[in-house]
Amino acid sequence: MPAQESIESPPEDTRWQLVDRTMQRLDHRPEALIETLHAAQDAFGYLDSATLARIASRLRLPPAKVLGVATFYNHFRLKPKGEHTLSVCTGTACHIKGNDRILAWMRERYCLAPGDTTQDNRLSLVEVRCVGACALAPVILTDGAITGKKSFAETTTIIREWLDDAP
Amino acid sequence: MHREELAALAAEHQRHLDTFAHHIFVCAGLGCPGNEAIVAALRSEIAERQLQDRVLLRKAGCMGLCALGPIVLIQPGEIAYHTVSPDDAAEIVASLDREPVARLRLAPDLPFFARQHKNVLALSGRIDPEEIRDYIAAGGYAALCTALATMRPVDIVRCIQESGLRGRGGAGYPTGLKWATVAKAPGDKKYVICNGDEGDPGAFMDRSILESTPHAVLEGMIIAAYAVGASQGYIYVRAEYPLAIKRLRLAIREAERRNLLGHAICGLGFDFTLQLRLGAGAFVCGEETALIESIEGRRGIPRPRPPYPAEKGLWSSPTLINNVETYANIPRIVERGPAWFSALGTERSKGTKVFALTGKIRHAGLVEVPMGMNLREIIFDIGGGIPDGHAFKAVQTGGPSGGCIPAEFLDTPVSYESLNELGSIMGSGGMIVIDETSSMIDVVRYFMEFCMEESCGKCVPCRVGTAQVHRLLTRFLEHRATAADLAMLEDLCDLMKHASLCGLGQSAPNPVLSTLRYFRQEYLDRIVPAEPATEEQA
Repeated sequence: MPAQESIESPPEDTRWQLVDRTMQRLDHRPEALIETLHAAQDAFGYLDSATLARIASRLRLPPAKVLGVATFYNHFRLKPKGEHTLSVCTGTACHIKGNDRILAWMRERYCLAPGDTTQDNRLSLVEVRCVGACALAPVILTDGAITGKKSFAETTTIIREWLDDAP
Repeated sequence: MHREELAALAAEHQRHLDTFAHHIFVCAGLGCPGNEAIVAALRSEIAERQLQDRVLLRKAGCMGLCALGPIVLIQPGEIAYHTVSPDDAAEIVASLDREPVARLRLAPDLPFFARQHKNVLALSGRIDPEEIRDYIAAGGYAALCTALATMRPVDIVRCIQESGLRGRGGAGYPTGLKWATVAKAPGDKKYVICNGDEGDPGAFMDRSILESTPHAVLEGMIIAAYAVGASQGYIYVRAEYPLAIKRLRLAIREAERRNLLGHAICGLGFDFTLQLRLGAGAFVCGEETALIESIEGRRGIPRPRPPYPAEKGLWSSPTLINNVETYANIPRIVERGPAWFSALGTERSKGTKVFALTGKIRHAGLVEVPMGMNLREIIFDIGGGIPDGHAFKAVQTGGPSGGCIPAEFLDTPVSYESLNELGSIMGSGGMIVIDETSSMIDVVRYFMEFCMEESCGKCVPCRVGTAQVHRLLTRFLEHRATAADLAMLEDLCDLMKHASLCGLGQSAPNPVLSTLRYFRQEYLDRIVPAEPATEEQA
């Protein structure tokens, strides 16, 4: 992991207060790592290499271990997200009800695969493994707001209206 | 608080509730989006008519019939309204002292409600999950106070053993036996963990229980801790469940404030602290040893068993791990006795089970039925059958670790044993109904892709096996498989089942094996006679 210098001169960003508090709450013990990564992602939106390096230093963990944990769990993002996020649920009920077609349509219309962000940084596409609203399948989330029980045509219309991409 | 204080608080809150002539409960679960607007509309309608002293409006947990949500329940009278919108608020409030709103009302004898037997879900949708006094007034925490005051740990373990309760997370291990092992294990420091890492895509029982009655889970855990001699506990919940996390945080804080958690619980000599840990999107963490690794701050990679967590778990101490629904069952068993519980269900599968009915089914939602009810009753009577004139093809139980059960076995009573015999598993309770428009091979490949991506990579049979089986299934799906591929598929499944380290790899072949058993023709139809020798090399 690069950005060693940032350990010595951490950015005096107030958002670090929350992250530091999480580490303090758990006495900077190694098991604080996942909780700390959650706090950091909540504070900064994603985990960049400087953030990971600082966490490694504060918890006295090898940077490789921190990166290993951050990449093992799907929830942690190492790249920033766009202004808006479309999450497409790919749980079993949503699969049976055709959300794979929404992903194919996103690829065709916006050239986005799950995990990608548009060049203008406006939209990120995320694939989520079941949000647990299976009775509403197929489910999509526009900036976290759940929409479900819609047909393919209705869903694509909702996405286009949300993006001001008038049908 | 002491037992007397608890009883006094319950009575006082009940008196407060009794001052209202009408109670309106709005489902405020994740499955009923838009409920905030309904609550706001109802609130302003109540205020406008100056009914604040007569009508109590509360946000409640899940009422089960998510397909027709948002649901609003009026008490007394058990009047349930479906697909409510904020525009209906005026009519609903105006109807309170008159006839119910007919166009919104669910038939009182709807089999969806009438055929269920609610035990774990009994308070779900009937109390405010963010108000501990609601839970206490409904009898909550009485089992805990009674157990601490009048029962020895060994009595509680015996009570759970006699009840016949088995783990609701999937494997069905006898809960009492697990408790007895942890209780007997030597060691000063012991832990209790609640596995709320409900990773099975298509299942949401635990989310709903945590959102609707978080205190029932806490109460079950505290009783468990007392029974096995643990002083510290963790609840591990998926980060994908923000509402459940919020309500659990609040519940823990409230329970601490009222001395139901922490030091000298209920004024007696028992200490127990509870912390929340968030998962981070790894299916394998539902496996108990991987979950322990994750709580310890590492990648969720399973450990070889034995030693089992009951002997050597979190930080090498004896650790009790049970699922959310298992803990939620505990308070009632302690309160009503083991005989009450074991009178429900079948010979070897006791009690009730919560299922998440989804897929191609009319009344998708959350249901609780006694063990032993057959699949046809659950899917066609309670679930309302298949919509849009389609035909039932299969029901998938147990998610990526389970199997697909065809129509000919619809009359099978649901129990741990019967589902195993059919090549599936009870699992945590997901039931996904599939109609004739779906290809079984597509469904199976979906699960295998899931397992391939979620395999932690520690053991070869799972890491390589899931990828190779996925590749073979793709060949079937694209109509370019050979007879040799079919043989290879069966060989690989057998190998993964027997050689993988943990449950993820051992059970990943189940969907393939069960469809090879019941839908073999779909595989045979996609076999081509021969293929050119230049075709891709494995």
